[in-house]
Amino acid sequence: MGVLERFRITRFALWIQRVFGKRHARIGIYGPPNVGKTTLANRMLMDWAGETIGTVSEIPHETRRAKWKSNVKIENGSSSLVIDIVDTPGIATKVDYKEFIEQYGLDPDEAKRRAKEATEGVIEAIRWLESIDGVVLVMDSTENPFTQVNVTILGNLEARNLPVIIAANKIDLEKSSPATLKSAFPQHPVVPISALTGYNLDNLYTTMVKHFGKRRRKRK
Amino acid sequence: MKKEKGVSVTLISRKKLESFSTDEKIDYIIKEVSRGKILVLENGLTPVEQSALIQQTMAKIDHDTFIGIEMEGYADVENDGNMLRKILNKIFGVIKKPRMTVIGPANLLKTVYKDNNVIQTMIITGKGAE
Repeated sequence: MGVLERFRITRFALWIQRVFGKRHARIGIYGPPNVGKTTLANRMLMDWAGETIGTVSEIPHETRRAKWKSNVKIENGSSSLVIDIVDTPGIATKVDYKEFIEQYGLDPDEAKRRAKEATEGVIEAIRWLESIDGVVLVMDSTENPFTQVNVTILGNLEARNLPVIIAANKIDLEKSSPATLKSAFPQHPVVPISALTGYNLDNLYTTMVKHFGKRRRKRK
Repeated sequence: MKKEKGVSVTLISRKKLESFSTDEKIDYIIKEVSRGKILVLENGLTPVEQSALIQQTMAKIDHDTFIGIEMEGYADVENDGNMLRKILNKIFGVIKKPRMTVIGPANLLKTVYKDNNVIQTMIITGKGAE
């Protein structure tokens, strides 16, 4: 195929995309470290694509590079949504390698390497905000939701007019309080889930199809 | 004259902040905080400025001398669920109004409690205080 021909096809594809909107949405899974982003991404991918995307760990910053899976079809009755799922590194304002040594027993070299990669992961996660169409913001429902990271992520999404669903994770734990998240962020849909057990994931999928599908049509 | 030991807390007025461009504001904050100073901004940062500050902080982290920042500010006023404000924002567009924010080095400043109306922090003395 000649260069001119390829240019024409690319231009045509871009024109089609402009007129009819994006063929599918790119959804980022965001949140602070250790709230269960990769557990949720794995659960979603296992449910709809039969595979997983990354390893999980109790040590913060296990995911230090963004990972994604394209063309995942989520169905809800007669409606469906085709998405690219992007599992992003946890966003934090500080990374202290000594915590990995003192709290999780890593050796100093491993702790420093993990911390260095974690800082790069935070930068990458924020950069990804430029390239996504919607966000599932994962919060730990056993923790105070008013953290600066949550406020900053939500503020960025609102400034960019990106649709967001808050997944109030870890409701399998006794201390969890999804009601606190609902009252803290009344302007966004909050879906209580357990990514670990899969509890209420159906409700999250229904909300995703409705919310992201609706907002995607508006953004065309 | 003998230099007093203690933690420096600087309150920055809205006027001073408004005289900075976004890049100047972030450079100023990083410079001051990495020197061990705590800043209280009368007018906080917009969410986009906050994320830019986090990115630059990550790039500056030196694991032995600077482990990052502690930053706490109130959410934008239009996020309080007020229906009238939501309607006005729909009609006239969302106006982001950054609010008071405290920023300090993470080894020195710890958040104790935060909700929509109260931010309580603690200064850990003896760690980098000037």
